[in-house]
Amino acid sequence: MKARQKRLVLVGLAIVGVGVAAALALKALQSNISYFFSPTQVQAKEAPADHVFRLGGLVSEGTVKRADDGLTVTFDVTDMAETVRVSYTGILPDLFKEGQGAVARGRLGADGVFYAEEVLAKHDEEYMPPEVADTLKTAHAKGMTEAADAARVAEQTGYGSAAGTVAQ
Amino acid sequence: MIPELGHFALILALGLALVQSVVPLWGSFNGRRPWMEMARPLAWGQLTFLAVAFACLLQAFLTDDFSVRYVAEQSNTLLPQIYKVSALWGGHEGSLLLWVLMLGLWGAAVAAFSRNLPLPMISRVIAVQGMVAIGFLLFTLLTSNPFERLFPIPPEGRDLNPLLQDPGLAVHPPMLYMGYVGFSVAFSFAIAALIGGKLDAAWARWSRPWTTVAWIFLTIGIALGSWWAYYELGWGGWWFWDPVENASFMPWLAGTALMHSLAVTEKRGAFKSWTVLLAISAFSLSLLGTFLVRSGVLTSVHAFATDPSRGTFILAFLVIVIGGSLALYAWRAPAVSGGGRFDLVSRESFLLVNNLLLAALALLVLFGTLAPLIYEAAGWGKISVGFPWFNTMFIALSPFLVLAMGVGPSTRWKHDEPGRLARLLWVPLILSLGVLALASTGLMFPGNLWVGLGLGLSTWLVLTHLVSLKERLRNKGGLGGLIGDLRNRSRSFYGMWLAHIGVAVFIVGATVVSNFGSETDLRMSPGDVHEVAGYRFQFNGAQPHDGPNFRAQRGEFVIYKGERQIDVLHPEKRSYLSGGMPMTEAGIDPGFLRDLYVSLGEPVGTQGDWAVRIYYKPYVRWIWLAGILMALGGLLAVSDGRYRTARKRVPVPAGGGLARA
Repeated sequence: MKARQKRLVLVGLAIVGVGVAAALALKALQSNISYFFSPTQVQAKEAPADHVFRLGGLVSEGTVKRADDGLTVTFDVTDMAETVRVSYTGILPDLFKEGQGAVARGRLGADGVFYAEEVLAKHDEEYMPPEVADTLKTAHAKGMTEAADAARVAEQTGYGSAAGTVAQ
Repeated sequence: MIPELGHFALILALGLALVQSVVPLWGSFNGRRPWMEMARPLAWGQLTFLAVAFACLLQAFLTDDFSVRYVAEQSNTLLPQIYKVSALWGGHEGSLLLWVLMLGLWGAAVAAFSRNLPLPMISRVIAVQGMVAIGFLLFTLLTSNPFERLFPIPPEGRDLNPLLQDPGLAVHPPMLYMGYVGFSVAFSFAIAALIGGKLDAAWARWSRPWTTVAWIFLTIGIALGSWWAYYELGWGGWWFWDPVENASFMPWLAGTALMHSLAVTEKRGAFKSWTVLLAISAFSLSLLGTFLVRSGVLTSVHAFATDPSRGTFILAFLVIVIGGSLALYAWRAPAVSGGGRFDLVSRESFLLVNNLLLAALALLVLFGTLAPLIYEAAGWGKISVGFPWFNTMFIALSPFLVLAMGVGPSTRWKHDEPGRLARLLWVPLILSLGVLALASTGLMFPGNLWVGLGLGLSTWLVLTHLVSLKERLRNKGGLGGLIGDLRNRSRSFYGMWLAHIGVAVFIVGATVVSNFGSETDLRMSPGDVHEVAGYRFQFNGAQPHDGPNFRAQRGEFVIYKGERQIDVLHPEKRSYLSGGMPMTEAGIDPGFLRDLYVSLGEPVGTQGDWAVRIYYKPYVRWIWLAGILMALGGLLAVSDGRYRTARKRVPVPAGGGLARA
């Protein structure tokens, strides 16, 4: 083969490779992304019923309940406007606490309860997952309920130090 | 007074950086020797002032000077002395200071170890280092001054994040930063060569050891981070595809590609512009990593402070660096391209495959990391990309990488006969296919296609490398040749060999732990016994236990294999006195072939029951062992005498094209 042909073959292979990789990557991405919804959006039936998504907000005070036996725990997640009950079986992250932000990943059951496969919590006192902060700000802007409280929490975002969420 | 001294030293360092980035470069254009000769002393001066600033901050930490805001935020009088040192880089401002100190170290190292480089080249390299330093020093001084005072002075500091109070994490950031910042040297060499308009084999030979050293640090840093996440976060994973992990992994992928591409440029004079592009990419990805970590645009395990002005500054810096260097590349690269020709079956081709795949992987990680930002900016909703996506991408592409990796070392440069390769490699091929078949069908042990693929690929790597070693020794006259090689100056082959074996070890570890590892969440009462993979875990309840700056509930687990007691584990649930933040300290029984791992969740009920997580992690240590092997391979390659003596033989040119103009 001449040098030019060889170069063409190599360039052609590279383009085909990149194209195939990109197509596969995008296809795989479709089934692996999970969207974020706030309790208000869930109650308004905007969230998909048959697909994994993430739900986030504040854990309502006094709603965390462990089953008497086993490891199932239920709690309410709120954006100060609407509330969704979450059920999770397993160990909660260290920083999961009532009155604090949390994000759960799972599916919405027919009974309206969100069955979480994974619960993420913030990793220091001042940190709030950006999605949760937005959720609270939105609820505040709409002037729904307890807006002042939501604003206080939302304002905390942007000032965290070492922070984050940890996958279980 | 001392913190002000540190602040002042930083400002002086910035002043020197300004001089450093202009004078030697200007001198290299109009051939003024005294101006160019200022480059080395300037690099040393830069390091001196940065070291003074660093020492001042360290002094503030060791003396608990809470009048300095950063110290008050990161430290505490109860903090053990060793963590007062590592607390220095526990937060944003201090880690930035560590970053610039390392930049100074690399600059001084370039000045010290490049006596034989032509003067115009070295002055340009150091000038580019100076420009990078300007960016980071401005960033430190304008947005994140670690010496800022606090008034009124708090009587007690806020304490270091308990997660960071750990020996692994004390060394992890310095290693990682040495890697990140180290790529600035490869970047500076590339930019200096572009400015000079001369990219030749000598340039590649100068860049290679620097790139390899940076890569070694980055490899160790990433492995340490993974190890730390494994035992300290308490949830037994070794890689989470967290944005911050990705931020360190992207430069690693680009840096690995760069090392291989530099080999081709040095030996064969080919891939020149591609090599330059990779050098620019590796450093840009390091900067992007910094941006992702510092700006808080992405949710992550260890996102730092989210101050929008900081994010904006780094983004602007990123745009200038990437935009500027790519513009320079577009302008100069056509003048420097060209080089050795090669056939389709040649080592160059296999290294090209390696480079394309590594670049593709780096792009995929970049895409997956930024996808949430892209989606949000486009108004498609808030998404997160799950780790299965990243896993799928790697499982899809890396087999090809590994196949090429097996053939490459046995292939000749420029041209090779397919028949010769087939004769050399048919035995490894048949044997690896055999392993693949055996492990996939599960005839000998429970397995599946993924296990077969993983074990088959590692068999392929090990056997092909044994073949290439045998070939080399045959040409060198047996084992005597090996000793001669190691004693003399042909160590780089063995470095490559060891690092590639490291990859095989990694594949075994990752395959086995992902397919045969187990994780159980359960509720245990004192006296309960649970059996996992032939090991019995007996829970003896949890008792209060006090540490120097924390209180803990300490569980006791006795582990039996058969009737024999093999270990007693004490996982803890800690709460630190300075803050209400609880922490899980896992109990681990480590082993070469398996880890047994227990962590406490939370107390449940009133009878002393605990939510407990028990892991069986076979071969998990092999993952970090692989990191050690790769780093050792890198060290062996760098110690190759060729890099020292060969430089002496390089005739000293009067400078690049522009220097003459």
